[in-house]
Amino acid sequence: MSDNQLPLWEVFIQSKTGLPYKHVGSVHAADAEMALQNARDLYTRRNEGRSIWVVPSDAIVASVPEDEDSFFDPSDDKIYRHPTFYEMPKGAKHI
Amino acid sequence: MENLKLEELFQEKLDREEKIEPKDWMPEKYRKHLIRQVSQHAHSEVIGMQPEGNWITRAPSLRHKVVLLAKIQDEAGHGLYLYSACETLGISRDELNEQLHTGKAKYSSIFNYPTLNWADIGAVGWLVDGAAIVNQVSLQRTSFGPYARGMVRICKEESFHQRQGYEIMAEMAMGSQEQKEMAQDALNRLWWPSLMMFGPHDADSPNSGNAVKWKIKRESNDELRQKFIDKTVDQAKVIGLSIPDPDLKWNEERGHYDFGEINWDEFYQVINGNGPNNVKRLAHHKRAHDEGEWVREAATAYARKQTIKKNVA
Repeated sequence: MSDNQLPLWEVFIQSKTGLPYKHVGSVHAADAEMALQNARDLYTRRNEGRSIWVVPSDAIVASVPEDEDSFFDPSDDKIYRHPTFYEMPKGAKHI
Repeated sequence: MENLKLEELFQEKLDREEKIEPKDWMPEKYRKHLIRQVSQHAHSEVIGMQPEGNWITRAPSLRHKVVLLAKIQDEAGHGLYLYSACETLGISRDELNEQLHTGKAKYSSIFNYPTLNWADIGAVGWLVDGAAIVNQVSLQRTSFGPYARGMVRICKEESFHQRQGYEIMAEMAMGSQEQKEMAQDALNRLWWPSLMMFGPHDADSPNSGNAVKWKIKRESNDELRQKFIDKTVDQAKVIGLSIPDPDLKWNEERGHYDFGEINWDEFYQVINGNGPNNVKRLAHHKRAHDEGEWVREAATAYARKQTIKKNVA
């Protein structure tokens, strides 16, 4: 069977200025412009966004779930990166 | 790691109520079950556009027409959210389409019933979308992340669908005698098929075992059906229509309505392709897909040309 479905794009939406872009799903489209228009029609029918990113799905590089433990291990034992690690003298305020 | 150990870890994760994401390890059967369920759900949204599309050009007012158009556009959107979730499981859109066209994948049987008049559009929104909402609210807690997230989006949009249907029914039920009869007739015809949407009784449901263990399914067919009946009976009362079930009775002890037995023979007849419109629905979907071929070709050719232009410049 011939490939009929057009390339896949991942869609990210910013709902308001100041907020981060959030992944919402994907669309199929022949080119970037069509991907943007399809994403608009599909994911913002009720003013859910004011800006859209579309990214070719195969351009995304992701960490591997099986490596989760070892990959994130370097930060596991560094509790001194958190403010709660430090002992503050009694009576100290606003710190 | 051997599969047995992986499967144990997988189950522990589910028991901690953690979601499964596309790249996580999952048992092949879990993947297969989800592809079957999510694709069936997607196909239902898309095929479900047909019985309603049938009335766009004959909507009784401009208001009804724009509303119906927006609703059908939403159904297309819901189908696409779900295809998008399904594709993360490693199946292509082409394969999904092919499975629909060859009959390997099913869609909800309810859409094989015809919409004979405008009251049916009201009944479809009120009952069919109403039943779908009960099911979909429950699926917001399903264990596969992309499916659960799709359900959250869909549920936000569905309540408009049900309300527009109920509004049509209310308008007709409070209209002329003839309109009221049409509304009652639509309810009579669509009530039982709507109850069938929840699937066989729990005891006869072949796909439920693993689905419950894997937290794909969070409530049973019978539990969901009961929820739908309890809330819909009162809505019917409000607009003065009666549910076509002589055995329907409030059960004080259970705190639920008791209801009559569903005609399961009809259910299996329709599932197995002998419903009023099975052939028509699939033929229409195939035709629409084939007739769109030139659009896909043109879009691909245009994209190629743009890339060449950019590279030359």
